[in-house]
Order: sequence, then C-alpha cells, then structure tokens
Amino acid sequence: MYKNDEDDSRFQFMLGNHAIAEGAIFAGCRFFAGYPITPASEIAERMAERLPEVGGRFIQMEDELGSIYAIIGASLAGKKAMTATASAGFNYMQEGIGFAVATETPIVIVDVMRLRGAEQATHADIMQVRWGASGDHEMIVLAPSSVQELFDYTIEAFNLSEKYRNPVILVSEMTLSLMREKIRIPSKDEVHIINRKRPTVSPDEFLPFKAGEDEVPPMARFGDGYRVFYTINPHDERGMITGDLEIYDKLYRRITNKIRRAIDDIVKYESYYLEDSDIAVIAYGSEARSALEAVRRARDRGIKAGLLKLITVWPFHENLIRKVSEQVKKIIVPEMNIGKYVNEVRRASECMAEVISLPLNKGRMHSAEEILRKIKEVV
Amino acid sequence: MPHPNLNYLRSEILPTIWCPGCGCGQILNCLIYAIRDLEIDMNKIVTIGGVGCMSRAPAYLNTDAIHGIHGRALAFATGIKLANPELTVIILMGDGGCAAIGGNHLIHAARRNLDVTVIVNNNGNYGMTGGQVAPTTPIGGTTTTTPWGNVERPFDLCKLVEAAGGTFISRWTTAHPTQLINAIKKGIKHKGFSFIEVVAPCPTHFGRYVLNLREPVENLRWLREHSVTKREAEKMSEEELRDKIIVGDFVEKRLPTLEERYLELEKKVRSKS
Repeated sequence: MYKNDEDDSRFQFMLGNHAIAEGAIFAGCRFFAGYPITPASEIAERMAERLPEVGGRFIQMEDELGSIYAIIGASLAGKKAMTATASAGFNYMQEGIGFAVATETPIVIVDVMRLRGAEQATHADIMQVRWGASGDHEMIVLAPSSVQELFDYTIEAFNLSEKYRNPVILVSEMTLSLMREKIRIPSKDEVHIINRKRPTVSPDEFLPFKAGEDEVPPMARFGDGYRVFYTINPHDERGMITGDLEIYDKLYRRITNKIRRAIDDIVKYESYYLEDSDIAVIAYGSEARSALEAVRRARDRGIKAGLLKLITVWPFHENLIRKVSEQVKKIIVPEMNIGKYVNEVRRASECMAEVISLPLNKGRMHSAEEILRKIKEVV
Repeated sequence: MPHPNLNYLRSEILPTIWCPGCGCGQILNCLIYAIRDLEIDMNKIVTIGGVGCMSRAPAYLNTDAIHGIHGRALAFATGIKLANPELTVIILMGDGGCAAIGGNHLIHAARRNLDVTVIVNNNGNYGMTGGQVAPTTPIGGTTTTTPWGNVERPFDLCKLVEAAGGTFISRWTTAHPTQLINAIKKGIKHKGFSFIEVVAPCPTHFGRYVLNLREPVENLRWLREHSVTKREAEKMSEEELRDKIIVGDFVEKRLPTLEERYLELEKKVRSKS
C-alpha cells in the first residue's frame, strides 16, 4: 500500500482514480461520501482505505443524493469534503450543487464522464457540468488530461473551492481514470494549500453573507458559536430568508461575480506554438494529448499549427479565446461528443476566425493522425 | 417581561409563517422546553429542516442550521455527525420530507444508528403546497390530489423506523405537550437514532378537508379524543384502532452508534499504520 511521505517528493506508477484520491488527501480532504458507479468506484475504494489512516471519515451513502448532501454537511462542519461519481450518478447531484452555490459551501465533485448507459469515455457532459444545477451560478470545472494532472488539479480543485466558496467539479474520463501512468508526488512544502477564511469578528458582529472586496465572505464552522442559518432560499447578509427581490438580485450578482472577477486567477491553460500559428487547435481533457501530437506533426510538415490546451473549461475565458481568434485564421475543436464546447468557442471568436468542429462520439479519443488529417484538410 | 423562550429564537424574524392553529409552533415550543430543561449549549446544536411548514423551524431556533432541500436533512446530518460527532443534531421535518422524498435517507440513518434526534410533524398531508395527499394520509381522505378520496394505505412511521433499526422511537400528539417534551428530552439524551413522531393539526387543509373540522381547537380535541396509549391499544381490536393514534414511547435500547463504530475503526487503523 502506498504511504504518503512527509518530506520528500517521490515517483509512483498510479491509477488515475487513485491519483484523484491521493491528490484530495494531499489537499487536506478529510471527508468523502460516495455511491458505487463505474468508472469512478476506485476513488471511493481508495478513500475508504486511506481516510481512516489520516483521521478522516469515509461513508458509502445510500445514493448520490445522500453523497452530495453528506459532503455539504461535513464541509459546513469544517472538513474539506469530496464525492466522486460518473455521469449517470452526477445527474442526481444537481440540486445539491445548487444548494452549495447558494450557501457558498466549498465542496469538490469528481465526475468521471461516461457514455449514457455505457462504460466508455466521452465529453458528452461538458455542458451539463456547467449548467446542470437550476438557478444562477458560475461553475469552476477542471478537465485534466493525464494521471499527473488528475493529482495536481484535484489539489487545485480544493484550493479554488476553499478560496471562492463555490463547488468545484473535476471532470475525468473513463480512459484517464482507469489508466496507469508515472506521476510525481510533490513534497508537502512545494504545494500551496488554501483553507477557507474564518470570521475575525465576534458572533454578535458577524454577518455570514457579507463579503469584503473579494466578494467572498468568511465562513464559520458549525459549533463555533456563530449560529449561522444556511438556506437555499433567497437570503440577506444575516442569512435570513427574504422575499425582497432586490436582495435576491444583489446576492446572485455577488455569487456569480466573485468567480467572474477572478477569472484570470481561476483559469489554467497551456499554449503551444500559438505565437506564429495560422491554425489553432483548442482542446481539453484527453483530446489535448492527441492534439499536441497532431500539432507537432503538422509543424514537422511546415504547417503553422498551435494548441490551446484548456485545463479549466469553466468559467469560460472569453478574452482568451478572442485573443487566439484574432491571431489565427482557423480554429479546430476536437471533442469526444457530438460537438458541444465548440459552440462556446464559436461564440467567443466573434467570427474573427473560422471555428471548425471535430466531433468523435464513439467512446474513444481522436488519434493524433485524425486531428492532423483535419489540420491538413483545412489549411 | 419577554417570554423566557424568546432567548432561544431569532426573535428579529418573528412572526412565523405558520397558519393559526398549526402544530409547528407547538412542536418548536416543546423542543425549546426540552433544550431548556436539558441545559444544552445552543452553540453546539445544529438543527436541520428540509422544505415545508415544519422544516421552517430551524430558521426561528437560534442555532447553527440548514434549511431548504426537501427530504435530505438526514443526509446532511450524516456528514455533520461524522465530521464532528460532538455536535447535537436535531432534525425537524414533515411527514412528506421524512417518509416520501426522504424515505430512503430515513431508513438508512436508522439502520446506521446515527446519533441524531428526528422530530417529525405528521399532519397527514402536504400543508405548504396546498394540502396534497401524503404517505400518511388515511385511506379515503379527501385532499387536493385525492378529490375522490385516497386509495393508498398510510405508513406507520414508528413501525417503519423500528424495522429499519431506530433505537429510540416515540409518538405523541400536540395535544400531549408534557409527554412530548419528555419524549424529546429522552430522544436528545439517547445515544443513537431517536425518532419522535408528533401527530399535529393542520386546520387549514387536513382538518378542513379530511376531518371536516375548521377550528384549531376542534382539531386539537380530535387529536386527544383519537389518541390511545400503547397499553390501551393492546386490548383493542384492529377495527377499534382504525381511526386511532397510538401514543407512547415504543423503543428505547442502547446500541453502538455509527460515530462510535467509526471512531473505534479509526483507532484500530491508526494503531496499525
């Protein structure tokens, strides 16, 4: 069994789902609730084994609804908490995500996307993770492309969730979650771990939903004496239910704006050869791997192609996409679905570049050759 | 002089949303008396409600609280109690949240013997949404979604929770405030899953349409007249018990709680690693 070493970094050959679990524990996650589902179950299994070793708590709930509310309860009681599921199970969690948005409860949800009714890799739910919950919200969604990134960006998911008091979703894919790759586990002092802000005033003076300049209010723990009322209903700065729609409007402007205003801090991406490119590939998740190889092969053939690899898929960084659109003539968006995220890219590009969808909805990622073929076709 | 129970309420948001004659206020009042008598630190209590009339109570009681998701109170409670077993968690909900949309969480929390206290206002219908049929409405009852009479059998909530593994189970009505306060006190003190069903009036809907009783006092009188103790019930036939509410403390036994078992497991694991 793998044991986390306190001091030095080390290399491991690790399953994707286990890397998510280890990343979570590294980030300080001490509560996990889940319900079995392929291909996410190894995350729960690893957490069940590991959490009691580090003073954390694990529970297998009776369903996914139970899981999402149990992690919210644990988070309100002061623990960093996570659940993991796959597409079908993620459906059940939407109201809970809405509750976490409204009450500004930090939680991390892993959605190992799979085809509807089949255990195959897909990006079919890339819009659901953004828009699944009813009501107003911004969502932070990270889409790693390797086992190393699953580890690293699970830590990032907790950091963002704690910093902005918003649910954060990490999307994985069947292939990523169930493959093994070499990863480097960093030493503890290499990685910055963020914990939620605590109130600095006495309970009498504390307004639980009044924020400072960053628009993120400090958060008390259950039992700390602050006596906070958390409701999904429209609430004022005291947390009390209100029928005043001016207050409702102000509340959700703040809840969405706290994410939007910090978009440059939140959105992570990598760019390859974009400086002089005529053609850009914009890809996320495992598609970014094939895309990078395709772009390199195109370069070998003298085609000026580049890659924008999005790790944070939501919030959608319109300025970033616009900047790429200004610079290139054509943008190719490969996706493992019927072509969904491409519409966001097209909207942001404002017709400055031609945006070409490259969908593949057959439970597997594009090969580099398939993406290269498209590059050659449109060049 | 202000009422001493006002200290336990967020008095700045009163009055409550409840209709005249509603049982919710009476149940909340009995809970406050129980907390007063037990002298529990209000800073260490978490109350959880879902959605509905009874579920609004955590807004008024001045404790840490959760409100607003129908039927999921016990799922929240499971996370809270595992995260911090020191907290006293009290769940206030209606029969719809408890036995319909939240029925799965109810039986599993009881099975796990989660150390929480559940107080259910059973008013026989969905009050907040306009008096629809509930899993507790009697056969034949006329509600807004059973205009020709209810064809489904109602749940016996106490038997359901007993079968699922609850370790303190009690049923009273709002016409038995003293017994109810005692039951809540026993429930909070009890280590394990405590379930207190309170049969309560809804004069606005259930009273008016199912019982044909519009006045709050008539509804309360109906509850008292139709209540029999468990000892009395033992001597009565099924036919005699058909429209009766059997009241009393039914189950009280000490078994390890989920939290106790988990902490024991944690100790075992950590001594090995």
